[in-house]
Amino acid sequence: MTATATPSLERALPLVAIAGNPNTGKTTLFNRLTGSHQKVGNYPGITVEQHKGKLVLGGGRAVELVDVPGAYSLSARSREEEIAIQAVAGIPPHPKPELVVIVVDATQLARNLYLVLQVIELGLPVVVALNMSDLLEKRGLTLDLDALRAELGVPVVRVSALRDTDFAPLLATIEDVLARPEIGAPGARWTPSSKELREHVRAVEPSVPAEWIGSNGDAKPNRAAQRRHALALWALLSIDEQDELADVPAELRRAVLERRSAAARSGMQIDAEVISGRYGWIDLRIGRIVRERSARTSLSERIDGVLLNPWAGFPIFLLLMGIVFQSLFSWADPLIQFIEARFADLGTLSAHVLPPGLVQDFVENALIAGVGSVIVFLPQILLLFLFIGVMEDSGYMARLACLMDRLMRALGLHGRAFVPMLSGYACAVPAILATRTMERQRDRVLTMMVIPLMSCSARLPVYGLVIAALFPAATVWGFLPAQGLLMVAMYLFSTLTALAAAAVLSRTLFKAPSVPLIQELPPYRMPHWPSVLRMMWQRSRAFLVGAGTVILACTVVLWVLLAFPKHPEITERYAAQRADAERTVRDPAMLQERLATLDAARSSEQLRASFGGALGHAIEPTIAPLGFDWKIGVGLIGAFAAREVFVSTLGVVYGAGKDADEKSQTLRALIREETRADGKPVYTPLMGLSLMVFFALACQCMSTLAAVYRETRSWRWPVFLFVYMTALAWVASFVVYQGGRALGFG
Amino acid sequence: MDRPPGCRYAVLRFSLRKMTRALHHLRPGERATLAEIGGERSFRRRLMELGFLPGTSVRLVRRVGIGDLVEFEIRGGHISLRGSEAGALSFRA
Repeated sequence: MTATATPSLERALPLVAIAGNPNTGKTTLFNRLTGSHQKVGNYPGITVEQHKGKLVLGGGRAVELVDVPGAYSLSARSREEEIAIQAVAGIPPHPKPELVVIVVDATQLARNLYLVLQVIELGLPVVVALNMSDLLEKRGLTLDLDALRAELGVPVVRVSALRDTDFAPLLATIEDVLARPEIGAPGARWTPSSKELREHVRAVEPSVPAEWIGSNGDAKPNRAAQRRHALALWALLSIDEQDELADVPAELRRAVLERRSAAARSGMQIDAEVISGRYGWIDLRIGRIVRERSARTSLSERIDGVLLNPWAGFPIFLLLMGIVFQSLFSWADPLIQFIEARFADLGTLSAHVLPPGLVQDFVENALIAGVGSVIVFLPQILLLFLFIGVMEDSGYMARLACLMDRLMRALGLHGRAFVPMLSGYACAVPAILATRTMERQRDRVLTMMVIPLMSCSARLPVYGLVIAALFPAATVWGFLPAQGLLMVAMYLFSTLTALAAAAVLSRTLFKAPSVPLIQELPPYRMPHWPSVLRMMWQRSRAFLVGAGTVILACTVVLWVLLAFPKHPEITERYAAQRADAERTVRDPAMLQERLATLDAARSSEQLRASFGGALGHAIEPTIAPLGFDWKIGVGLIGAFAAREVFVSTLGVVYGAGKDADEKSQTLRALIREETRADGKPVYTPLMGLSLMVFFALACQCMSTLAAVYRETRSWRWPVFLFVYMTALAWVASFVVYQGGRALGFG
Repeated sequence: MDRPPGCRYAVLRFSLRKMTRALHHLRPGERATLAEIGGERSFRRRLMELGFLPGTSVRLVRRVGIGDLVEFEIRGGHISLRGSEAGALSFRA
């Protein structure tokens, strides 16, 4: 009963939507108003984040505030833009707001008023929050607030989202309008003037679905007629043959397309007439509301003279990126090590507390190691989202999209795909989450499909082990270390492959017309730190919860594969040998060594007899052409959960002890000494190269697949990603190994 | 999508008669009055919604980076477009 009762209780709070153009300080105001009473969800059926929060008005009355994605207009083409109109107008399944607060940038009033006019046309009660009016002075502008109120016919409140200590005037106005909605709903300011346009609208009106109008017990037929008219106008401006709108009924679509082609035949341009009509209304009045005293070159324009300059812009950007990545690698490292150490402690603790056996093994190696492998990403993710938040909030992200447009367009990517792709060098998971800055689903998914090819930090231990074990520490030209060069070559290889994959995918599977670029360059602003930090935390937490569950599940599955079936005879035999050694070996140091060797040999033998070992044998025929044997196969199976696992799994397979890492001398030596049946070494430099190429290209990361699933809400893309990357890896390794052998190497 | 095929030539003739030039031919810092907004429907609609309408004053602020991006100032806002796409807009010479 309670489960069904709770939502209706929550719904009892009046709903207030907060809308506005992008870069108007809307989100800052939303954060300031709701404070910590916030929750992040997704809009129904789509991964556009929906932020909701409780806003307490005077007298203890509360409303629910919902943040609508920033939009210049309510007309829509993409699925994401559709959200704005649905949330503002309250088209089912979105609840209808009782009031819309529109945040307006006072320094760009004309453009912002366009959205205000549209919302007023819908007949919803409106309160305009005039933000950034403190900047008018600097721009040499003056604003007549009373004139603005008189012309719009709705309450207008001055706010400063950044500086105000309280928002009492805004809250009081919201309360007034909730009590008397008519003072915020004066009726459409602009209406179509030409007879022809009015006829088109009237012809579409009957096709607007009844549930879009909503009865709501509204006893005002006027209000319903106004809303029907506004939605018909919206449909005429939004729907065409190429839109990606999902919730438009076929009947409405048909009616609109019919009317649009009729209009085109008679040479009438509906879009131009409606938009010029609204702007005409604004232009007629704006001179009385805003006066320009003196035109000045703004500070932002002078900064852009440097940051968007062809010669200075790129070096400065590269320097900034250098700092970001240096910090992702180096600042995060102590934290990562700290977390790893705490989880290792926890593992040791569980080993002491729990009796040895299956339960202890599960807790230590599946639960704690599994959760640990997720948490260990947290420092990098937090830092990355901090940088992205600062770049977005300050206005630099918009410049970056412009600077990179040429390069990215050549690859078929969006200009804003650049930062996520670079972030891929650190870790693909936060990079995939960072694709949200792009509006079009196609651009986001395409970027997600190439990010995992960038060499992430988890490949580093594998490259490190292979290079150190198999390639001589020689120098090239007397001073360049060959091993370092090889490492750089691997990074170069993965980057070029990612770029090539983008170029190919964008021309085949993701073939789509290049979208014309319309990028606003908002004025530079100091980031609002609480908002940046809150966003950083919200996005990071979403990663922890979403990806964490999947990684944990995979680790448990892997543990089962590698720990079962149990073979009592192996355990008994080694227990006997242990007891034997304890009896015969006197020297404590030697005994310790002997016992460690025995334990390592036992887990190695156990592994060989496990499901995982059987799988390794089973896949051996498929990986033999790449130069790999079944032991590497076991390592590869382990690595499909996370690449780093490869090194420690190999450690177990070769009996070098569980704590083997890429620097461990024993593991390197064991690998070098491993021979095939005919006495030739398994690990040759050629096979090492083949192995590194495989790791560079294969999609061996459950967290990445989990993140792609979370972002696309579909299994299709993670499956595609996994299949194409693994196939690519196999083919490339095959070419390297067999090609190398044909040329006489290895 | 509104225009019937062959319309491109009509626009060209129209442009010649009215002495208009493509918007990306403005020099940095130069201001002009918009004459016509062309291009694909959703592009044209979004530009108009941002205030790019015939008769509106627009300034080319700068050419951006190494690409063909051009930054415009219109109604106090700064919008950048690709030069090739800005060519669908014209100003009165």
